[in-house]
Amino acid sequence: MNENRIRYKKNQQMIIVVLLLALVTYLSSVLTDFNILHGLATLPEAFIWIFSNLVVTEESLERMPTILDKLVETILMSIAATTTATILSLFLGVMGSKSVGTSKLLGILARFIASLSRNIPVVAWALILLLSFGQNSLTGYLALFVGSVGFLTRAFIEVIDESSQSAVEALQATGATYIQIIMKAVIPECLPQIISWILFMIETNIRNATLVGILTGTGIGYTFDLYYKTLNYHGVALVTVSIVVAVILIELLSNHVRKVIL
Amino acid sequence: MSLLTVQQLGKSYNNQNKVLQNVNFEVDAGEFISIIGPSGAGKSTLLRCINRMVDIDEGAVIFDGADVGTLNKKELRKLRTDIGMVFQHYNLVPRLSVIENVLHGRFGYKTTLQGVMGRFTEEEKERAFFLLEKLGIVEHAYKRCDQLSGGQQQRVGIARALIQEPKIVLCDEPIASLDPNASKIIMDHLKSITMELGITCIVNLHQVEVARDYSDRIIGLRQGQVVFDDVSHRLTLERTDVIYGTKTKPVPVVRELATV
Repeated sequence: MNENRIRYKKNQQMIIVVLLLALVTYLSSVLTDFNILHGLATLPEAFIWIFSNLVVTEESLERMPTILDKLVETILMSIAATTTATILSLFLGVMGSKSVGTSKLLGILARFIASLSRNIPVVAWALILLLSFGQNSLTGYLALFVGSVGFLTRAFIEVIDESSQSAVEALQATGATYIQIIMKAVIPECLPQIISWILFMIETNIRNATLVGILTGTGIGYTFDLYYKTLNYHGVALVTVSIVVAVILIELLSNHVRKVIL
Repeated sequence: MSLLTVQQLGKSYNNQNKVLQNVNFEVDAGEFISIIGPSGAGKSTLLRCINRMVDIDEGAVIFDGADVGTLNKKELRKLRTDIGMVFQHYNLVPRLSVIENVLHGRFGYKTTLQGVMGRFTEEEKERAFFLLEKLGIVEHAYKRCDQLSGGQQQRVGIARALIQEPKIVLCDEPIASLDPNASKIIMDHLKSITMELGITCIVNLHQVEVARDYSDRIIGLRQGQVVFDDVSHRLTLERTDVIYGTKTKPVPVVRELATV
């Protein structure tokens, strides 16, 4: 008896929730003039359009060399932005770390730089830098660089602070200098995590580079934009597919590297 | 003149509780000294005052004619090359090889660049291998330190201290995380450092028995004060009780055994 009543009550609650959800959906679609039935009705049409236009055709394959060229350029630029950002971030990371940092002021400065460059999205950086540096690959590189510095500095600070400080103490006791201690105890101790973050950053930057490229007119992003705006949808499809393939390959590669070093 | 003089040493971390107060003792070259006392008595702090890993608040530590508390950065670095240190948790860089960790002991003698580039002379490398050989771990020289057992890692720590060619070695509970067998090996090695190389050793210990067996002299610390400082065999049960604040009952005469 009792069990039945509980089940009945539960069903009732469920019905009320579903009704409420339906009401909210209906109200919001009325408010925004969105006709869900119309949207659903156009779905098949949209798919038909996608499958008829966004396909890689033989004709578009002729553009492959240009696309590959741009893709390689984008990947190299992402790697360059990441590696150069790593060098700066290592300095900032050591400065900003609570355990091995030298002074409070420098620590605050490092964390401020990191949070400033991290909290402004890469896209915003690209647009800001576009104004001062114009439409060239330097702008794209700088946008990725600034974003990477913010992220990597933050990651490195955490890695260094979480690492064991025991070897640091031992090296201090031998009379080692500060830089010797950083280079020979702190960095080796954190190296696997540092490399792991660098690989992650390279992956992220290749993905971001496409978007940044659309805005700054460089790399594969620019090619995508160009085909898109000239209604060359076969070209767009080919660019998309090649980006996806490249990102997956890089991811597989970096997963493999991670497995080896960790 | 004695190698090390500690005069009225006082230390407090937060200006309220004194970790050390009015500590006085002298150490001659070639002595093997144990410092015993309950946890929190200030043993580790006392050791770290000698090479100024912690700053000295009151009094003075005179090592080899130099007032440790007043040294500038460069002089302090020079001082630390003369003082080896061995830790409870070995404090090695686990991802680096044994030989690299041993050579870390030479950094005090190197310029920053030489150290960072890892430029060691042939004599230094030979010395490192000689020490590893002597400590019985030369076959592990190229292994990563985290593949070694605790006792082996502690021997790497000792080699790192010895390659500094120190005048004194400070050991902060070197056997506290080792099993009895490994502990014996480590203590034997430390003893032979003093006996064969003539290097002074100051060892913080938890095991009163070990302290009595190995050291020439024992210093007992209690609540930051020296309550015992004498040759080992004078450490009686009552005096141990004073150090640890315990009360050992006089050994009961076992009468039951006789009657049964």
